[in-house]
Amino acid sequence: MTTRHGGGFFRRVASQHIALLALLLCLPLAASAEVKEYRLDNGLKVLIAEDHKAPVATFQIWYRVGSRNEPAGKTGISHLLEHMMFKGTPEYGSKVFSRLVQKNGGIDNAYTTRDYTAYYQVLASDRIGLSVRLEADRMENLLLAPADVRDERSVVMEERRMRYEDDPQSSLYEEVVATAFKVHPYHNPVIGWMSELASIGRQDLLRYYKRFYSPDNAVIIVAGDVKADELIREIRESFGGIPRGPEKEPVTSEEPPQKGEKRIYLRKEAKLPYVMAAYHVPGFPDSDSAAIDVLASILSGKSGRLYRNLVRDKKVALNAYASYSGLNVDPYLFFIEGTVPPGGDAGDLEKALYEEIDRLKETPPSEREVQKAKNQMEAAFIMGQDSISFQARVLGVFEMLGDWRLKDRYIEAIRGVTPEDVQRVARRYFTRENRTVGILIPEGG
Amino acid sequence: MMKSLDAVSRVPEVVMHRMRSAAPSIPDRGQSVLLALAVFMAVVLIGCAQVWAIEARREVRPDGLVLLHAEKNNLPIVEVTLLVKASPSDEPPEKAGLANLVAELLPEGTKTRTSEQISEEIEFVGGGLDASAGRDYTTITLSVLKKDIDKGFELFSDILLNPVFPEDEISRKKELIKGGLRQSEEDPEFVAQREFRKALYGPHPYGRLISGSPSTIDAIGRDDLLWFYRTFYRPNNSILAVVGDISYEEVEALLDRYLSGWKPGAVPEVELPAAPGLKEKVKITIDRSLTQASMLLGHLGIKRSNPDYYAVSVMNYILGGGGFASRLMSRIRDDMGLAYDVYSSFDSGMYGGIFEVGVQTKNKSAKTVIGVILDELERMRREPVTDAELGDAKAFLTGSFPRRLDTMEKIAAFLTVTEFYGLGIDYDRKYPQYIDSVTKEDVMSVARKYLDPERYVLVVVADLKKAGF
Repeated sequence: MTTRHGGGFFRRVASQHIALLALLLCLPLAASAEVKEYRLDNGLKVLIAEDHKAPVATFQIWYRVGSRNEPAGKTGISHLLEHMMFKGTPEYGSKVFSRLVQKNGGIDNAYTTRDYTAYYQVLASDRIGLSVRLEADRMENLLLAPADVRDERSVVMEERRMRYEDDPQSSLYEEVVATAFKVHPYHNPVIGWMSELASIGRQDLLRYYKRFYSPDNAVIIVAGDVKADELIREIRESFGGIPRGPEKEPVTSEEPPQKGEKRIYLRKEAKLPYVMAAYHVPGFPDSDSAAIDVLASILSGKSGRLYRNLVRDKKVALNAYASYSGLNVDPYLFFIEGTVPPGGDAGDLEKALYEEIDRLKETPPSEREVQKAKNQMEAAFIMGQDSISFQARVLGVFEMLGDWRLKDRYIEAIRGVTPEDVQRVARRYFTRENRTVGILIPEGG
Repeated sequence: MMKSLDAVSRVPEVVMHRMRSAAPSIPDRGQSVLLALAVFMAVVLIGCAQVWAIEARREVRPDGLVLLHAEKNNLPIVEVTLLVKASPSDEPPEKAGLANLVAELLPEGTKTRTSEQISEEIEFVGGGLDASAGRDYTTITLSVLKKDIDKGFELFSDILLNPVFPEDEISRKKELIKGGLRQSEEDPEFVAQREFRKALYGPHPYGRLISGSPSTIDAIGRDDLLWFYRTFYRPNNSILAVVGDISYEEVEALLDRYLSGWKPGAVPEVELPAAPGLKEKVKITIDRSLTQASMLLGHLGIKRSNPDYYAVSVMNYILGGGGFASRLMSRIRDDMGLAYDVYSSFDSGMYGGIFEVGVQTKNKSAKTVIGVILDELERMRREPVTDAELGDAKAFLTGSFPRRLDTMEKIAAFLTVTEFYGLGIDYDRKYPQYIDSVTKEDVMSVARKYLDPERYVLVVVADLKKAGF
């Protein structure tokens, strides 16, 4: 899962949408691992899912802090702090962590989202003790050496250049999201704005670290070839003595309802125009979110409506996608987008995208389309279970929403979606007033 | 190197700490392959406290198809990977993109099904059916729940045995491929790779894009597609791996039922022009309005069959393949903060290989970074690596093996590719020995043999004025 843009989340929107939907299912399979849950006195929650099919395990720690928590003027600090977490403690110097993991044949990585920051290692299962010790140490004792702060800030600025500044579709996405959200901190990109990133200093990072990196603000998730009762003892030993952190201030900003269409245009060096429309939508556990998921699925895939009607038949798109992520802490966006083919017209593509939405408002989808969406989610979930990383991620994502068991509620909701539900949510949320549209206009080249 | 048409180069909702996994992905590098070829093959993990075996069975069928099977019952899924020895090396250069177009068109219409019917049927059961041409071979993969294996295998065999290559689908696909190429031009790394390979390999198939170029794509007609398909898509030219919740008897039954119409045939030998080689430094600069310089520096590498492969693996890990454990990453990212990602790799194929160092850095650091890269190449040739570096590299290469085979999909891909590269009956026992026996002197020796800081191709895609070019 080493993708150019990391995370494997959005490499291929259609199948990855399915994978996201699959995240929401918990099928009562004999083969699926039972989850054991523990809570330490200092508030640290631990989830362990045993799976003995291969002698490997993944150790993960998820902190409830992401870009939505960032103070004004310091966007990008969550992600920069994530980078700094690899720069050492007094006991394990910079890079020693990664080196130790690799020396043991493992991998380690981390990622930051709008809502959380997750650290993970995948190792031979008999080496998992290494993860326990290292993660406990860096939860408390991060060095944040000034020279490292300077260098890493520079690295993240390069990352921003690579992922956004020099990538036209990503730049467009950034513009659309920032336009759609005028109040809520989802307005800001996870990587941060360049000038604010450049202004982050050691004191800022230290304050942020002390505030959010504490056991009561974290969940440990382990999946793989481990013995839960032995492992929890090791975890208690390493983490039990770490004190609780300060009281966390909740994020109180709410995005008010959007009362009119917003449009933005981005001129950038690119070869083909791109059109992206975003709609404000609720997320899980709102009762509409399952139907929105199914709607996205009906539009996606090679046999889905966008490919059939826009790419294949009308040829107004080189490619076209729909994506919905219903697993954010606060309500986010539904995207429908595509690339204009050479010689094509952005207006035609935009019009065709709305036609697909309108069609769903006029007439509910077929029973077969809805059943296909459910089958896809089910299959993707089962196939995903082959990966311990997937298993851990499912637990983590729901835990960030409050409780890993919430995944059980979702499957019932998905299974219960009817064609009329899909029509209903299309009418409710996919209105002109609720949309933010971005058009990429190629320049030069 | 074409960017997948269905891929969105789009910001993820997450931002990852590091871009490249330290482990070269299987199966291209074929690392830590453990196969004992006989009636039963045991795949054994080396470097782990426990021994863990996958039992895989190999059989050469009467029609010449090599069948590999591993039963795994932990989940009710089946993964099928068919490797067909058909690649751009088999196409005439003026029709570059032929192998790719054939693969792309297999699911776009058969004797009894339209393109839409095929995608509807496989997607309805939540399965996946894909065909794609790579540098050395073509793969067709089927991924399906056990309960749908019959339907899935029927579809799989239908697109394999009965493609029709309808004219309207041919035109449509060509437009999508050409459009995709156009969009890929936006990606500086894509542009850099294209120029780099062209400079290194010239008229050799490795020197061009797998998808071909707009003019060669346009030159391909239906007759060409039929010729290529009939010539190369033969059971005696293919390897089939079936992994998952399925017994050997069930696999045989599927083959008898659906693939008995697949007839063997003579397959022509590949004749390739020699790679031109470099007599001096070559610098290629491309001006774009970018904040970063996207750069590649390198030269020809080694073939997969080269016995130095293992020492080279160890050397490359230390140089730039080992992620944060590597020298390039340590200096350029950790110490100097000049890049988010920098790597080195030996991409070793059937007919040749490439050595490359890749990096993106802001325009005005471009020349500094090139200097550091060349310095590291020279250093690797001049000084032995440390005991710690050597030990860590070996520990990783052997110890990471379990993760390469921890899903059915990986196992299926792994079995076909190791068979393709002929890694040998006793490879399972030899590989850890090969890696463990690599000495500091070996590392220096292969560094001197295969790294050349004097004759290389440098490609820079950047705002050339700001980068100082």
